[in-house]
Amino acid sequence: MSPVFDNIDLFVDGFLTSLEIILYALAGSVPLGVLIAACRVSPIPPLRAFGTFWVTTFRNTPLTVVLFFCAFGLPELGINRSFFFFGVLGLVLYTSAFVCEAVRSGINSVPAGQAEAARSLGLNFTQGLRFVVIPQALRTVVPPLGSVLIAMMKNSAVAGAFGVGGDLWSTGQRLTSALGYATFPIFVGGVAVGYLIITLTAGALLQVLERKVAIAR
Amino acid sequence: MSQQQTVLYDAQGPRARRRTLIGTVVAALVLLGLAYLVYRRLDEQGQFTMEKWGPLIDPGNEVFDSVWRLIGTGVVNTLKAAAVAMVLSIVLGTLIAVARLSLGRAGRIPLIGLIEIFRGLPVVVLVFIGVRVLPDIGLDMRNLPGGQVFWGLVLGLTVYNMVIFAEIVRAGVASLPRGQREAALATGLTTWQTMRIVLLPQAFRTMLPAIISQLIVVLKDTSLVTFIANYDELLSQGESIQRNLGNPIQTFFVVALIYIAINYALGRLAQYIERRQGRAGRAAEETAENTGLVPVGGAPVGGGA
Repeated sequence: MSPVFDNIDLFVDGFLTSLEIILYALAGSVPLGVLIAACRVSPIPPLRAFGTFWVTTFRNTPLTVVLFFCAFGLPELGINRSFFFFGVLGLVLYTSAFVCEAVRSGINSVPAGQAEAARSLGLNFTQGLRFVVIPQALRTVVPPLGSVLIAMMKNSAVAGAFGVGGDLWSTGQRLTSALGYATFPIFVGGVAVGYLIITLTAGALLQVLERKVAIAR
Repeated sequence: MSQQQTVLYDAQGPRARRRTLIGTVVAALVLLGLAYLVYRRLDEQGQFTMEKWGPLIDPGNEVFDSVWRLIGTGVVNTLKAAAVAMVLSIVLGTLIAVARLSLGRAGRIPLIGLIEIFRGLPVVVLVFIGVRVLPDIGLDMRNLPGGQVFWGLVLGLTVYNMVIFAEIVRAGVASLPRGQREAALATGLTTWQTMRIVLLPQAFRTMLPAIISQLIVVLKDTSLVTFIANYDELLSQGESIQRNLGNPIQTFFVVALIYIAINYALGRLAQYIERRQGRAGRAAEETAENTGLVPVGGAPVGGGA
């Protein structure tokens, strides 16, 4: 255990960098996913086709391939940014497809009668959405969206493995390969514990939230 | 199709149809414009030259054969690792689920802890532990057929996915009508026989779509080993091809297409089975619709990389 405590400040730094990646990815993927979901449920065929294309592409490609594309492909096109940028970008693109599907299944889970009743009461499209459909959809969306986002937090390690540098994963890598620490204490005692702190906390928060919004339908 | 599915709008009248038409034209123009911008960018940077594409699409090219042989081995290795990991995690996952369902509270708590821990770790960390940490602490797998890296990868994937399967199996068994178990016990079967002969077979039937969806996750996760060690699966092969030929966009495009083709086909298979089961069990389908619950198939997006 002592290799972890000897380098505890490195681990804390790594932990914070991982959190930073996660926050950026959260801020990017949720709005993007909602936008794509809006495309997929819209009445306009080209937008629907675009949404389907997006989801099919990113859901069926490994995150690693998306990251390789971002980091090796984009510079070929004259887009040069840091690995941190590419890592977060890949994570955002990949996660947005899953966010989209979670949101869409939530919207589709609202019984058609709800929207019909809203219309027959004289609510227009926006009012129907705002007061009837979305509040119900949100509740169904919480559990799957939560697990998608927790998966994203774990995937931040992949972005780290990619060379973002300084996050939990890379800290473990550096300590074991460059500084020659034994792999077992560093990865099991340090890196794994760091990710568990993130995911278990997020999982607990999600459960509280789920209980808050739970409805018996 | 989606006209019927969505709750957001009715069948459209003339005015709405006209608006949709205008929207269609505008959206199509915008999307085409974006596609054109991407195309022009690619073209300006010389990404459409035969020099970059030739090795991948021109059978006359001198390296065409070796490039595709590399990709072929990559696909085979990816499928091999995914298949072995899948079988192991289904078997172990089922055992964990059965143990969790039949043990008392004292036995269940450590199992739940195990499930939570393995589910909370990134797969890439588990694969690293399998490939690098296990040999360091004395678990030598070099002499097994396939070698150290293969089994390390398989173990990492298995540990992550077996607990997800344990949850899927548990949900599958829990979704069966209570009468099944009661009837089986009443006919004199033991608890274990009830599980094996009556509950698990039925649970597996409903779980089939979820199992296939998880297979997609496993397939994608095999590519994580690229970061950790040399195991020539599809992505690593693509990486070495592009390093030699200097055509990352083209190579990764082909690699991505292969992943998408395999996974899309699997996804459609899962959907097909789900629909067929839905028709077989009307009642189940109706409850699923009314409650808005996704059947087990859609529930836990294991969500690996």
